[in-house]
Amino acid sequence: MTRATFYGWGRTTPSVATLANPDSELAVAEQLATGAPLIARGLGRSYGDAAQLSGGLVVSNLALDDIGTIDEHGVLSVGAGVSIDQILHASIPQGWFVPVTPGTRQVTIGGAIAADVHGKNHHRDGTFSQHVLEMRLVTPSGTFRVSPTSDEALFWASAGGMGLTGVITSATIQMARIETDKVLVDTERFANLDGVMAAMKERDHEYKYSVAWVDCMTRGAHMGRAILTRANHATASDLDQVTLKAPKPAKLFVPFDAPSGLLNPLSVRAFNELWFRSAPKLQENEAQELPTFFHPLDGVRDWNRLYGKRGFVQYQFCVPDDAHETIVAAIARLSSSGVASFLAVLKRFGPANPGPLSFPLPGWTLALDLPVGPHALPGVLDDLDALVLEAKGRVYFAKDSRLAPEKVRAMYPRLGEFLEVKNRVDPHHQMTSDLARRLQLVGK
Amino acid sequence: MDNAFGQPQNVVVLGGSSDIARAITKKLCAARAHTVVLAGRNQELLDVAAAEAQEYGATKTDTVVFDANDASNAKRAVSEAFEKVGDPVDLVVVAIGLLGDQLAMEDDADAVTSMVMVNFAWPVVALAEVRRRLVAQGSGRILVISSVAAVRVRRSMYLYSGTKAGLDRLCDGLADSLEGTGVSLQLLRPGVVRSRMTQHQNEKVPFTTGVNEVAENVMRGLASGERVIWSPPALRYVFAVLRHLPRPLWRKVMDNDNR
Repeated sequence: MTRATFYGWGRTTPSVATLANPDSELAVAEQLATGAPLIARGLGRSYGDAAQLSGGLVVSNLALDDIGTIDEHGVLSVGAGVSIDQILHASIPQGWFVPVTPGTRQVTIGGAIAADVHGKNHHRDGTFSQHVLEMRLVTPSGTFRVSPTSDEALFWASAGGMGLTGVITSATIQMARIETDKVLVDTERFANLDGVMAAMKERDHEYKYSVAWVDCMTRGAHMGRAILTRANHATASDLDQVTLKAPKPAKLFVPFDAPSGLLNPLSVRAFNELWFRSAPKLQENEAQELPTFFHPLDGVRDWNRLYGKRGFVQYQFCVPDDAHETIVAAIARLSSSGVASFLAVLKRFGPANPGPLSFPLPGWTLALDLPVGPHALPGVLDDLDALVLEAKGRVYFAKDSRLAPEKVRAMYPRLGEFLEVKNRVDPHHQMTSDLARRLQLVGK
Repeated sequence: MDNAFGQPQNVVVLGGSSDIARAITKKLCAARAHTVVLAGRNQELLDVAAAEAQEYGATKTDTVVFDANDASNAKRAVSEAFEKVGDPVDLVVVAIGLLGDQLAMEDDADAVTSMVMVNFAWPVVALAEVRRRLVAQGSGRILVISSVAAVRVRRSMYLYSGTKAGLDRLCDGLADSLEGTGVSLQLLRPGVVRSRMTQHQNEKVPFTTGVNEVAENVMRGLASGERVIWSPPALRYVFAVLRHLPRPLWRKVMDNDNR
């Protein structure tokens, strides 16, 4: 047990806590038995303060690293500390892919369930938790095996529950069959936001994966110009040469903190220009390796250091389908305020799942990386919150580091339902985090 | 909890009825602060400041009365303030200070004692207790209001500049001692600020600002996390030069002394 400083991926709000590394479910239960306020932590890819707890006990799940074998139906049981990267190393050569992956492979399964992560296939396949057949959860009132059919309420409160119902120790997931380690990608360039949104609405359903990169720095007629990439897995018959290779570890890394201000409106605008111009106007059926398509940023280890010591925030919200205007208004607000946003990601969400705190709502989601620094930024994001709320949308907890608590109840109207389940398994609200305190999700 | 932009939710202000402290408190409340405990000398003034904090968005306010002439009460005042907050404290503002009239005080042992107590001894003892509590908490920030006068002590106000310099220099080491604890300390060095404290100064000083401008620079400084917040920011460069002026020139420029 050591004291350690914890940050989110955005490196904005450090806090010091006691770190525990239990290597079994029993050892996790022992940590809970101390009665100390507690939160689980995986690989620390939440952007804000979700996996830290100042003055409390942070339980790392990384020693819960058992990885089972994939059976003939694609069912795999793993410890909660196993990462998607580790799974893919074993599974791709056997012809299986994870059912859902976020933009990085460096997340643990415990974290993926607790944040109920989504990927480029949400419009078709939903979130990660929707492919979890069962999981084990250590709570202050005992250890439970839960699934969508056995203690459904606890299962869904924990999917997207940000670790506040207990510590997930293992999970059984349904993998997806692949014939090759390639995807066939269609890339299209759009001169403005309306064009790309119309194209996504019209034909996303033909693709398993779809995501658009939007330039939030350009004003005027080209506001929101975008590059849309959509893909399906390549089948054996699509390719001349069929391979099933595991992803390679990152070769590049950022050795030190870049000076704050490296990513400023000027440099970001230049990058965006380059990025936009380097994309083909239209390219179809390009075979890409799985990591190139799904996890481009994993090619550079510690890329968050590029944002310097001040760090950055990610702002991700979703709004219902009819609130198309909110996406336009949000991008207009950002491009006119001159705050630098690198890599804004636009995507369509499919139906929501039963999780009371699960983020996705059917419609649109936009995610923005924003360096801390511009004086206008806190106010701009507060304005965006109001826009999102007005459209009956919400902000994603796993990315958040600055939302005001009074907005949470309106954005997540089923918070009460979540708390009912929490009160059953954690009546004294021992499970808490800096995020939960800041957003007043739980008492103390 | 603090957020990514250094906007705290639970705040303790020591010296909470001073004009600069009130301006800072208002801005904090307009951002995210909901619980504010104000400590100071005069209950009535504290009540006014607390009402103002509520007007700007605080949902819970409380006050603590203490006398900064007696450092032995500093620990109690800090403890009381923390207990009144109840939750982890995100930001402690130390805004204690006495300007005084240099010429009237410099040969008066009692007046000098008072300057040392209020500007140095009381804040230092209070900071010891603040430090202990925040380090145990594993998070939190401290903002100490120093002064550009602390950068180089001048003849015409050496009791104020000197005692502030002591606090300023001490905080440098204190801030370093906090590395790795989750707690951080920032110094605010304002130039001359139009306030009740300076209303009797009749000289016109360049870079004089109002309290709201100081508070705005504080909000920016809390967001960036820089160790020293200068207000206005240009004073950083002005004092980079002034502090190295040859002494006769320094005396002439700052105190209009031609000897």
